[in-house]
Amino acid sequence: MDAVVDVRGLCVSTRDEQGADRLIVKEAEFAVSRNAVLALIGESGSGKTTIAMALMGYARPGCRIAAGSVRVGGTDVLALPPRALADFRGKRVTYIPQSAAAAFNPSRRIMAQVVEGASIHGLMPRAAAEAKAVELFRALSLPEPGSIGRRFPHQVSGGQLQRLMAAMALLSDPELVILDEPTTALDVTTQIEVLRAFKKVVRERGTTAIYVSHDLAVVAQVADRIVVLRDGEIQEQGATDRILVAPQHAYTSSLLQAADPTLRSFRQADRRGDPGPPLLEARDLVAGYGPAGADGRPAAPVLTGISLAIRRGSVLGVVGESGCGKSTLARVVAGLLPAARGRLTLDGEALAPGAASRTRDQLRRIQIVFQTADTALNPARTVARILGRPLDLYHGMAADRRRRRVRELLDMVRLPRHLAERYPDELSGGQKQRVNLARALAAEPDLILCDEVTSSLDTVVGAAVLELLDELRRELGVAYMFISHDLSTVRAICDEVMILYAGRKVESGPRQTMSMRPLHPYTDLLIASVPELRMGWLESVRPAVGEGPGKPRYADAACAFYGRCGLRLEGTCDRRAPETQRLAKGAEILCHRAEQELLAGQAERSRTISAPVTVT
Amino acid sequence: MNAVMARLIGARVAVCVLSLLIVSGLVFIATSLLPGDVTQEILGQSATPEAVEGLRRALNLDRPAPVRYLEWLGGLLTGDPGISLVNRLPVAEMIASRLPNSLLLAGMAAAFCVPAALFLGITSAIWRGSAYDRVVNTATVTTVSVPEFLVATLAVLIFAVHLRWLPAMSYASKIESVGQLLRSFALPVATLSCVVMAQMTRMTRAALLTVLDTPYIEMAVLKGARPMRVVLLHALPNAVGPIANAVAFSLSYLVGGAIIVEIIFSYPGIARLMVDAVATRDMPLVQACAMIFSAAYLVLVLVADLCAILSNPRLRYR
Repeated sequence: MDAVVDVRGLCVSTRDEQGADRLIVKEAEFAVSRNAVLALIGESGSGKTTIAMALMGYARPGCRIAAGSVRVGGTDVLALPPRALADFRGKRVTYIPQSAAAAFNPSRRIMAQVVEGASIHGLMPRAAAEAKAVELFRALSLPEPGSIGRRFPHQVSGGQLQRLMAAMALLSDPELVILDEPTTALDVTTQIEVLRAFKKVVRERGTTAIYVSHDLAVVAQVADRIVVLRDGEIQEQGATDRILVAPQHAYTSSLLQAADPTLRSFRQADRRGDPGPPLLEARDLVAGYGPAGADGRPAAPVLTGISLAIRRGSVLGVVGESGCGKSTLARVVAGLLPAARGRLTLDGEALAPGAASRTRDQLRRIQIVFQTADTALNPARTVARILGRPLDLYHGMAADRRRRRVRELLDMVRLPRHLAERYPDELSGGQKQRVNLARALAAEPDLILCDEVTSSLDTVVGAAVLELLDELRRELGVAYMFISHDLSTVRAICDEVMILYAGRKVESGPRQTMSMRPLHPYTDLLIASVPELRMGWLESVRPAVGEGPGKPRYADAACAFYGRCGLRLEGTCDRRAPETQRLAKGAEILCHRAEQELLAGQAERSRTISAPVTVT
Repeated sequence: MNAVMARLIGARVAVCVLSLLIVSGLVFIATSLLPGDVTQEILGQSATPEAVEGLRRALNLDRPAPVRYLEWLGGLLTGDPGISLVNRLPVAEMIASRLPNSLLLAGMAAAFCVPAALFLGITSAIWRGSAYDRVVNTATVTTVSVPEFLVATLAVLIFAVHLRWLPAMSYASKIESVGQLLRSFALPVATLSCVVMAQMTRMTRAALLTVLDTPYIEMAVLKGARPMRVVLLHALPNAVGPIANAVAFSLSYLVGGAIIVEIIFSYPGIARLMVDAVATRDMPLVQACAMIFSAAYLVLVLVADLCAILSNPRLRYR
């Protein structure tokens, strides 16, 4: 039998405050054969990480491996005494965690951490281990492989840390590598580079791996077999192509459906919008941190020259990778971070840059919903009090009416009324995000700024929240500024889309223009980087140019995207800042290249851009 | 060392100096507000107003307070904290005769407490939730809740009066051998430790637990590192800042807060000197003692801050 991993009847339990045991993994059984990659897929709470950790004989504090057997390469892992277990971990099975940024010790140099496993287990002399590490760094296409190990974790970007983690895991030539959501915390453009590096190394070395993820599209690129998990139970397992094409279990089908926002039919019909003046208009916004210089620009500018307009009842999508300034834009519009320069108007009426000098009514009309409902809701207040506060503040409602209105709001966001007396801790992630949304709705705003509202939610839950947003827009005529790193979600629900790169608006236009060529080179890269739910997608994508995301080095005098642009013009793009041009498709882009040149450059790409969403 | 760190450290030192200046003002004001007057203490209840007035003039107490403050501050800066109003000896001399005793007591207590507290804190963090951890926790809470005069009195009653194992009084001056030194200091050091160690142990444990819950510690475990290695190599370097702060707070208590211990064990230290000076309204002496305590506290906190800054690689390497 050539199964490297053989798991039988695995049960993991937790103990709650009352001392009662509860199973979080129930009777898991699967096997992984040599040189194969198995994916454990499921939403949060499905037990996928718990199973992955049990393969190393490890259970998080508060959890206990209750029953079953785990055999890795013939060793019964669960029967190993502590000392033998420590010898086993990091030598025969290695682990790549979700957030490399958190899993690297901040006070030790990278190389010391990468070779630590090898030196603990006495696998090879330090010098040999370092040489091998450098070789792996090179194989994983890390910059400056010879010297990157001398840095500290904070001196390296997130995507690079994730690859360094892979080098750490592969250094001891383990029988099994466990990758736990290794690309989830990364931007799509970074994710694709990391995935490519992982896949290459895994294939070249013939590594047996278990890939834990919630993202089917990513799994489709790397896994040979898929195990679908839900609430600690295996729903179905099978070869990747079979699962993707012919899922047998209803839950797998729902995962497949939720993974592709273009499959959802958002109603587009009544998006004529209001012909009058825009609800919110911004002109040449400049914002950032630090004291303003002589020209009124802040010392550390985050946004430069941003203009936008949102019509009543319409949705503007703002897309970009982390650090591009999209959350800052929401904070500027809300007045939390006063703009250094530029003008904001609400219904034609000037808005003061800072929230403190806006009128209460202006404050009421623009509400913000933050990314993490966990931290945005006061844990010491009941839902009723959280929702009652804006009712009291903006509408001066008496206790009786307030109670009624709280019930209405809960109905509006499709939450059961009895949740009113609960505390945020007692709610699930999706429920918290709905409360968060209800809190914004309580003010009866004209515009809601949604900052990555679905990013921390599971795909299925996130899809439900998106549908709710769309319904509310139709019923209440509220407008949204929908901020996301996920272009496919934005294309599915927004009327207008704006792409930010390094604090500049590189492309903007009606949503259908985002799937029409020519595109701004960055938009093009962004679209090409969104994983598609089919095998072989990763191989079909052209590798990107340049050094990958990070601080643009040519920020001021040149085009910010110069370093990563596949269509850059030497001597122009690195010298002069580009100007906005209008394209025939009805969008504006910030680029030196003429429309025809862009079109020619992008036509080369073999893969087709997904068709626009069908209008129902 | 880079520019950012130099700036940070410079700022800390500057804040420290400024704090000390403010403290000097507060000490001066506070001592002026104390009820009673040194002239009445010296001359007694039956002194005539003329005699009191004469003495006030002779002691320069009739001049306006701001002038006296500036003179005193100038004296401090040049190393001369003035002359005792009661026995006309230079304050510097009086303090010089007592300060070494206090430092010796504090040093002995620290030499015992810091390693012991760190050991208890670290081990109870490693075995979190175990019987050992619970015993350490209960013991530290208990000792920190019992007032030190009670601990000291009980210790004297048991070990000195009933068992006659140890001397009830400590005189630093009569010590000739190490054994004698230990015997003579055993009770005061033990009493001080009761108060100080509990705090340090608990803070060390808490700081370490915060670090032990981080993903990089889990990663170290999954790399196959043994518990000792995980704690000493991975966790401890990241807990240096908070632990140094806890130690500094506790040690500052040893310098200035040993009053009760010094009195119960009739120990000729600086805290007792200050208490006596308050009783006789000998303001220059009170002020000088207060400044020494404040300075010691600020220096300790500054050292802890520096430890935290220097142990942070984000600041060390940009």
